[in-house]
Amino acid sequence: MSIIEAILLTVITASTPLVLAAVGELVTERSGVLNLGVEGMMIMGAVCAFAATQLSGSPYLGILAGITSGAAFSLLFGFLTLTLVANQVATGLALTILGLGVSGMIGESFVGVSGIKLQPIGIPILSGVPYIGPLLFRQDIIFYLSIAIIVGVNWFLFKSRAGLRLRSVGDSHASAHALGINVIRTRYLAVMFGGACAGLAGAQLSLVYTPQWVENMSAGRGWIALALVVFASWRPWRLVAGGYLFGAVSISQLHAQAFGIGIPSQFLSALPYLATVVVLILISHNRRTTLINTPASLGKPFVPDR
Amino acid sequence: MRIELEKRPNISTLFSILSPFIALVLTIVVGAIMFVLLGKNPLNALYSFFVEPLLEVWSLHELAIKAAPLILIAVGLSVCYRSNNWNIGAEGQFIMGAIAGSILPVVFYEWHSPLVLPLMLLMGMLGGALFAGIPAFLKAHLNTNEILTSLMLVYVAQLFLDWLVRGPWRNPGGMNFPETRTFSAEAILPEMLSSGRAHWGFAFAIIAAILVWFMMRYTLKGFEITVLGQSERAGRFAGFSTRKMIWFSMMLSGACAGLAGISEVSGAIQQLRPVISPGYGFTAIIVAFLGRLNPLGIIAAGLVLALTYLGGEAAQLSIGVSEKVTRVFQGLLLFFVLSCDTLIHYRIRVIWSKLGGTTVEGGR
Repeated sequence: MSIIEAILLTVITASTPLVLAAVGELVTERSGVLNLGVEGMMIMGAVCAFAATQLSGSPYLGILAGITSGAAFSLLFGFLTLTLVANQVATGLALTILGLGVSGMIGESFVGVSGIKLQPIGIPILSGVPYIGPLLFRQDIIFYLSIAIIVGVNWFLFKSRAGLRLRSVGDSHASAHALGINVIRTRYLAVMFGGACAGLAGAQLSLVYTPQWVENMSAGRGWIALALVVFASWRPWRLVAGGYLFGAVSISQLHAQAFGIGIPSQFLSALPYLATVVVLILISHNRRTTLINTPASLGKPFVPDR
Repeated sequence: MRIELEKRPNISTLFSILSPFIALVLTIVVGAIMFVLLGKNPLNALYSFFVEPLLEVWSLHELAIKAAPLILIAVGLSVCYRSNNWNIGAEGQFIMGAIAGSILPVVFYEWHSPLVLPLMLLMGMLGGALFAGIPAFLKAHLNTNEILTSLMLVYVAQLFLDWLVRGPWRNPGGMNFPETRTFSAEAILPEMLSSGRAHWGFAFAIIAAILVWFMMRYTLKGFEITVLGQSERAGRFAGFSTRKMIWFSMMLSGACAGLAGISEVSGAIQQLRPVISPGYGFTAIIVAFLGRLNPLGIIAAGLVLALTYLGGEAAQLSIGVSEKVTRVFQGLLLFFVLSCDTLIHYRIRVIWSKLGGTTVEGGR
């Protein structure tokens, strides 16, 4: 394998959790709910996946645990913001703070334990194709899942009836309600899907990216995923492009260090965060396009009148 | 079972006072359950968590030290949140304030003068305010979401501090430890009382809380903040500028966080290290909400959250639970505060049978 292939492989590994968490949040936001707790759900997914893998010996059970814990954790957010109409921004923050705390507690006994890495699965024939074979068809299941989810979400949102309903809930919950769509139920499902994706992204971190448990190992990726959704203007395919761009930026620091570039490591580590800020500026300075793309009911609470 | 909300005709005064207390009680109940699950005697655990730290003079001083930054930051944040500006990067502004304030004692350490300390505090406020000015500028003029930018800048500030204390600002006589030189005597914020370590940062916090309370209650600016926060449109009709409010609230909260940062460094740590805050900037968000965004409430809330830090340390020593319990407590508390706030605006009906919904009438 050439150096370039090796680098591209690391880019894919670094990008997958961003893409996964972001596509989940995209669906949530398309339903009109702003869940800022991605970081918290992600870290819960990471710790639960790691713990389940250690206890059962199977990383596949770990993945399942990651998805379930992310979805379960997001229910907490759903209950507060949808049933009790609490402030979405503040509740999302609460979810992140709680997630970081609870994951620290669960993970305490796993600190320093060497993890079980999720093994790649080669797809017959395709994995033999030169260049792209080893890159795209000799990956772990989470990567394949991430592609499937992107394709699925794109189809669901723009080609299916249920997706149309979900978008209508996000654009005008009052009209959707008047048409007989159950706004609250739709939003609960969207929130849980977002949680499940964030949990899966967390599982990728603790089973593939760095197969071990480190406190706060999500390191702001949940927040970057939130920025990615804005960057992608709520469209799944743009999200993939953005996700891989960010993955490349975030991994570039490791390669730059390996090549011995004389820039302090802290500056390189700050790159993904600075890049996020720059990208947000570029994407949002045009008020009109932002207005057109943002789901119109995003972040607004809904209380059905009876 | 179903839960239905019925909008109250008026905001409930009773619940706006009671809700933080209900939240506290619920947190303690869930905390007790958590201790049982961890195999500890819940009463012992809660005692060592919430009562023991209050029994000795030195630990009351520690309480004041921890409460000072929380109150100071939260007071600034309350102005932001009331005006609908979601600054969640106070942690970064805290760090940048600490760095800016430390320029004198670290770089110009040979300059001795009684002016050093006041200048440090001023520079700390300036550092925090300018750092908060970045998301303010981006929101006010380039329409960029302040939640994400202010948070991203926290990581940048943390890495910048890390680089400073390991690189250019490292103490040349410090055996290669990642620390700056310790501050000289005139750069240290003095203790308030002779009985312990609590420094003047706590007084700053109380003064800031009272000033902001006065501003919110009695001045036009306070009215402007409330109006713009509740309805931007109404505020514009009244001739208030959203853009100026973004600048004002962000810079004010940045200055508060910066002052908290330099007070903590100059009063409690007395040098810069790679990590100078156990997440004060984030915990202050909880403080702001627990205090119901009211500066006087925030003083009480700050003391409660400071107690969770001390309680975590105490409980680790006395009953051997992880100090990570602190974060869990803090997260739970914010959750319960937010859910209890629903009671202020709504009546909550729990409907047990599937047919019961028809018995609820009215609401609007």
